[in-house]
Amino acid sequence: MNVDEKINEYILVMEGITKIYDNGFVANKNIDLRVKKGEIHALIGENGAGKSTLMKVLFGQEQPEEGQIIYKGEPVSITNPLKALELGIGMVHQHFMLVPSLTVAENMVLGIEPKKRGLFDFDQAVKLTKEISHKYKLPIDPLAKVMDLPVGFKQRVEILKILLRGVDVLILDEPTAVLTPQETEELFVQLRELKKNGFTIIFISHKLNEIMALCDRVTILRDGRVTGIDDVENLNEKQISRMMVGRDVMLTIDKTAAKPKEKILEVKNLHYVDQYGKHVVKNVSFSVRKGEILGVAGVEGNGQREISNLISGLEGFQLGEILYKGNSVVNKSIRNLREQNISHISEDRMTFGTVSDATIEENLVSDRFYKKEFNKYWLFNNNYIKKHVNDLIKQYNVKCDSKDALIKTLSGGNMQKVVVAREFSLKPELVIANQPTRGIDVGSSEFIRNKLVDLRDDGAAVLLISADLTEIIEVSDSIAVMCEGQIVAYLNNQVHVSEEELGEYMLGLKVQTPQEIEKVMHYEES
Amino acid sequence: MDIIISNILSPQFIYTILRVSTPLVFAAMAALVVRKSGIMCIAFEAMMLFAALGGVVGSAYTQNLFVGIVAGILSSVLIAVIFAYFVLVLKSNPVLTGLALNILGSGGTVFALFVLTGNKGTSSSLRSLRFPVVNIPIIEDIPVIGQIFSGHNSLTYVSLFTVLAVYILIYKTTLGLRIRSVGENPHAAESVGIKVVRTKVIALMIGGIIASFGGMYMSMGYLPFFTRDMVSGRGFIGIAAQNLGGGVPIYTLIAALFFGSADAISNVFQTLRIPAEFMQMLPYVVTIIGLMFVGSSNKDSKEKTKKIKEIKGETT
Repeated sequence: MNVDEKINEYILVMEGITKIYDNGFVANKNIDLRVKKGEIHALIGENGAGKSTLMKVLFGQEQPEEGQIIYKGEPVSITNPLKALELGIGMVHQHFMLVPSLTVAENMVLGIEPKKRGLFDFDQAVKLTKEISHKYKLPIDPLAKVMDLPVGFKQRVEILKILLRGVDVLILDEPTAVLTPQETEELFVQLRELKKNGFTIIFISHKLNEIMALCDRVTILRDGRVTGIDDVENLNEKQISRMMVGRDVMLTIDKTAAKPKEKILEVKNLHYVDQYGKHVVKNVSFSVRKGEILGVAGVEGNGQREISNLISGLEGFQLGEILYKGNSVVNKSIRNLREQNISHISEDRMTFGTVSDATIEENLVSDRFYKKEFNKYWLFNNNYIKKHVNDLIKQYNVKCDSKDALIKTLSGGNMQKVVVAREFSLKPELVIANQPTRGIDVGSSEFIRNKLVDLRDDGAAVLLISADLTEIIEVSDSIAVMCEGQIVAYLNNQVHVSEEELGEYMLGLKVQTPQEIEKVMHYEES
Repeated sequence: MDIIISNILSPQFIYTILRVSTPLVFAAMAALVVRKSGIMCIAFEAMMLFAALGGVVGSAYTQNLFVGIVAGILSSVLIAVIFAYFVLVLKSNPVLTGLALNILGSGGTVFALFVLTGNKGTSSSLRSLRFPVVNIPIIEDIPVIGQIFSGHNSLTYVSLFTVLAVYILIYKTTLGLRIRSVGENPHAAESVGIKVVRTKVIALMIGGIIASFGGMYMSMGYLPFFTRDMVSGRGFIGIAAQNLGGGVPIYTLIAALFFGSADAISNVFQTLRIPAEFMQMLPYVVTIIGLMFVGSSNKDSKEKTKKIKEIKGETT
């Protein structure tokens, strides 16, 4: 192979990219990324490793301090996302760039609307959508409103949208974070199909198994540097994970068998109806005992969030019973519930978990500032607060400049560690952990999972709600599976159940009879 | 009492509703277009006041209605431009900016009036023009219907056409699609190359133009001259109507007519010995009640309560 061919082999080369943010944070240090034409190239790294920054540079949202981008053999300067699109580089963002109240067809043509006699030509938009969806075998209903679509389909609209704009390179930013296992599988089929059609795909993820299953080559980032680049077939999961975090990640949590004691939380015949009259939680009953972890598995949006909000007092109560230590939690204030040692990790750390414009310190004391030891006469006892906060930062390994850093300047993993530090330090007897490790890096996830097990061993009851099956299986002692607002299976997890089995229950392919569910639950109680 | 009832049931009363609703319809349609683009704008009072004076002055000095209209539109758009510059370019707080502009509108028009006429109350010394009254042939001869729908100021008909025009703009044109996308998810719009700020500015200018007709109606139709603060909250009622109508043009029209009827009823009641001020309060009380209705409907929807009842029925 001569030199020319070697260059042409790469459709996209990013050379020596260095990006320093205004606050002095060096997000990318001399990064090289070489993507071959027609491959699926994985970009993997922990949160804060610099993946997003690198892609922002490629997509024109950030300008690098150093380095150059060579696209199709020509050096290019990408100053804004439109320029990237014009060149043929499209991105499917983690947060969908869609307008919910518009139809699929309208979203598809937004910005390049077809016109007829001066008016918007909706029929033509529908036709274009159908054509492109047919061409790449990605079926979609052009007339559906985007807000009515399941997540997987919204993502499909995003992919179709950039295909319609005639791109050659697709960047997918953690596309599977919001998908069910089956939807993920479907996405992979679609991506392989696109690869067959000659598209080049950059796939950003921190899920090792997905990269092994889908990608041809992988570039691994750590702390803003490239730590590895190779064909996927030459690597195994352990090697990649070592390059990501610089040490071996325990892929299994070390934990002993649960020693459950008395019931602390009982949920009986719980119902919830949402604003649109949708029956979201249907007659759900379960209990959690001290010293055990009950995992609630399920695709997001099947009633888990509502259950977590009802127990923690965030949602107005409707029908059924929730008993904590034998007393109803209905109409108890959130402070009252917290003072009874119920802690709650919300699935939405930006809205409910933290105040993003406040400092780490303020967030850490936000649930306890009124207590006696935090006050001296009628002012705050700043010395005590400072010590308390610094202890927590150290203990929970929050990476930050100081306790006065704003929450919004932290990476997702560190932000979640702040939440966890606050919630776990109130000596909880019941922990409601809703998606505690979603979207955060492997190291932080591992840390939080181990903490959950520690709390259990100290005698707390843990209700773990998660869409991450690995997490559910590794951490839980027993597992309730939710589908369409109901518990469809209740499994003993002393011996690990398989992801496949859980997946089938989650998607309603399999359902236990009430008798079967009862049997497992009774066994638990005996 | 009989007098009131016969008054309310008369065609004259419905005629009055259309007459007093006209500025509200304009204000509501302006509010709708601007709201769709995702801007919280309350400066319609100022736009309408400026337009009311601008139209009077323009037409009085040139004795040309068309020049008056242009002057009215430009006066209103001036406020919209100032609002756009501060809110969209300098990123100031939209509510505070709107508030400041409304105060500017109130004081600025009186100041301009005093400079031009030496009078701080009305422009009656200026020989300003009015929009013509239109008698619709054939319809005007039909009893009742003719009395209701014919013989209105031309702007009353324009206001109804504006509802249709706004509907077409928002739902049938590319610009409307872009305005909606910018209002709902600016990042999505930006990511496909739509100029977010520019689209919002355009929406604001359209709002300014529509609102200007509401203002000009006040001083060149409803009354034949400008008086200080003559818009007296109609811009705000327009915003309320837009909210009550859920941002849908036809519902917004109905809401505006509803607020207009409250205004009309207060006119009728003034013939009784109830204090005039009390009755003039009526449209605003209705507005507040209307907004309470909107607010409470956000709390628990009908579907929700119905479904809960259903489940209760099943379980017991």
